[in-house]
Amino acid sequence: MTALLEIKDLHVHFPIKSGVLQKTTGHVKALNGIDLTVKKGETLGIVGESGCGKSTLARSIVGLQKPTSGDILFDGKPYTDASSKELYELRRNMQMVFQDPYTSLNPRMKVSESIAAPLKAYKKTKNLESRVKELMELVGLNPDDHYSRLPHEFSGGQRQRIGIARAIALEPQLIVCDEPVSALDVSVQAQVINLFQDLQKKLDLTYVFIAHDLSVINHIADRVAVMYLGKVMEKSHRETFQAHAEHPYTNALLSAVPLPDPDKERARERIVLKGELPSPANPPSGCVFHTRCPKATEFCKTNIPVPQERGVAGQEVACFYPVGAEEKARITL
Amino acid sequence: MLEVKDLHVHLDTPAGLVKAVDGVSFRLEAGQTIGIVGESGSGKSVLAHSLTKLNPEPPATYPKGEILFEGENILTMDKKRLRSLRGKEIAMIFQDPMSSLNPVFKIGRQLMEAIQTHQKLPKKEARQKAVELLADVGIPDPERRMQNYPHQFSGGMRQRVLIAIALAARPKLLIADEPTTALDVTIQAQIIELLKKIQKKYSTAIIMITHDLGVVANLADRILVMYAGKIVESGSTANIFYDTAMPYTWSLLRSIPRLDAAGSERLLHIEGHPPNLIQPPTGCNFHPRCPFARDACLQIDPPLSECGTDHFAACVLSKQQFDEEKQAVAEQKGVLLS
Repeated sequence: MTALLEIKDLHVHFPIKSGVLQKTTGHVKALNGIDLTVKKGETLGIVGESGCGKSTLARSIVGLQKPTSGDILFDGKPYTDASSKELYELRRNMQMVFQDPYTSLNPRMKVSESIAAPLKAYKKTKNLESRVKELMELVGLNPDDHYSRLPHEFSGGQRQRIGIARAIALEPQLIVCDEPVSALDVSVQAQVINLFQDLQKKLDLTYVFIAHDLSVINHIADRVAVMYLGKVMEKSHRETFQAHAEHPYTNALLSAVPLPDPDKERARERIVLKGELPSPANPPSGCVFHTRCPKATEFCKTNIPVPQERGVAGQEVACFYPVGAEEKARITL
Repeated sequence: MLEVKDLHVHLDTPAGLVKAVDGVSFRLEAGQTIGIVGESGSGKSVLAHSLTKLNPEPPATYPKGEILFEGENILTMDKKRLRSLRGKEIAMIFQDPMSSLNPVFKIGRQLMEAIQTHQKLPKKEARQKAVELLADVGIPDPERRMQNYPHQFSGGMRQRVLIAIALAARPKLLIADEPTTALDVTIQAQIIELLKKIQKKYSTAIIMITHDLGVVANLADRILVMYAGKIVESGSTANIFYDTAMPYTWSLLRSIPRLDAAGSERLLHIEGHPPNLIQPPTGCNFHPRCPFARDACLQIDPPLSECGTDHFAACVLSKQQFDEEKQAVAEQKGVLLS
């Protein structure tokens, strides 16, 4: 498999302006050296807490946010400095599904118009109506009943289906999904996750799937990247992700997720991280995680860990003191 | 300690009468933790607010039922008694910790106010107690933090402050309405541990309202599952998770992605979405979405009936019938049985 998307040393910094003269007094380092690759046909899951930069990453990938430095390559071609015309061509192959199904649809546009919008933008207006109906059927909406309705007549889950129909309208290769199920009710979330999986098979799609919920990522992703404060802490394959997680942050996240199983819940030892996420405007020196890390030493305060390949194929960990097998046995089930 | 009997809460909205809570009964013993689980619109928050009569009236009305707290009916209490009950004997924490704190007053002042409302204490002692409470809920450097405003606290810290305020008068019952939903998962873990610690230390009874089955699996002794204003299953935590007797609970457990699963299994697809409570379906509220539904479900609205030791379910199927049919449904839907 070849890499469809490559992200190389990506930085996105937002200036902080203050005073009457609006002088730049600092930078919020939303992304601070991200390296990722996404292979054709796979789902890369990106997980992290609020403020880790995962949404900025999504926006950078689809070209909505210009990076400060670094490169993003689609099919081998870099596009961070692309002109709007080049981006127009690119977006035919790259679409996005947003988190909030209430604000991402125009309330005055009929569902059919929302879904037809990308087709019109790319002048694919031949058999427009039948194509829109076909798309609605693909995402599980009833074209006869729903065609001319407005977004407010739909539930959250149905709106997310409309958003997905719009994203797949141009038959893109890559879809970036930014927390697409986190605003949905539990029973509806499963419908949408199943839909994502069915469409991937049917249309041969590649996903970058961003979520804060590790259980969702564990379910949908082929590979997982864990982000913290603008950096990738650990990357690995889904199959080996839990059993071999070596970064203290990954392990803390894994242990923080409540399991819907009372016996397992009572049996396991939970790592409770102290403190809160530091401000990305003033990230800690050295390893960004050291202020909350249970294993941090003086060394971590001054040295920045580089992602290194570990025992399991495809795993990379950015930590000086990865969690060993013995320690792991105590905290996993 | 708390007994809710056949409680009905209606909301009179311009679109029609919403039967938000439709005949709910349950008991809570001192020191116990009950989890109330449901999706949005299931009536769980309206139920929680009813327990201290906090639903705005109008639109809320209480046409039927009783809420007995240590023998006193909260629904017929006079305003003065209700005021002294709220906060002192029953305290509440909410989902959004920012909107529950006053942004223009310092944390210390808000906390001292909560202490002095229920106890006649001189300022100095109230202050001392406020610092102790902040330390108790795990706020570092509490002396200095007393001088901060709410915006200077992060979400998790604000939730800790609210827990401190709730604990100020040593309530017998703490009602927590989705207290961790707005928080990150590592902060959620901190708050859950804190609630457990508090329960152990003060033996406060807790009613935990959430949509997250994982949260109640950890905290609750008993679980009530709500759907469309009704309790559809209730039982010990082990019963609900391992010996499920109601199709909704069963489906919900199989529709959530789990961290402790291989990840390759399919999630159960529950058709449609929760019903509109202005025009609920006929018969059982869950029948349009239920994989076990049959003709009888369109007519019969099954009452909550005993299906095991201290285990109740509202379904036309008996526990035995349900157990027999589970496997076929799991196979047909392509999901795991256990």
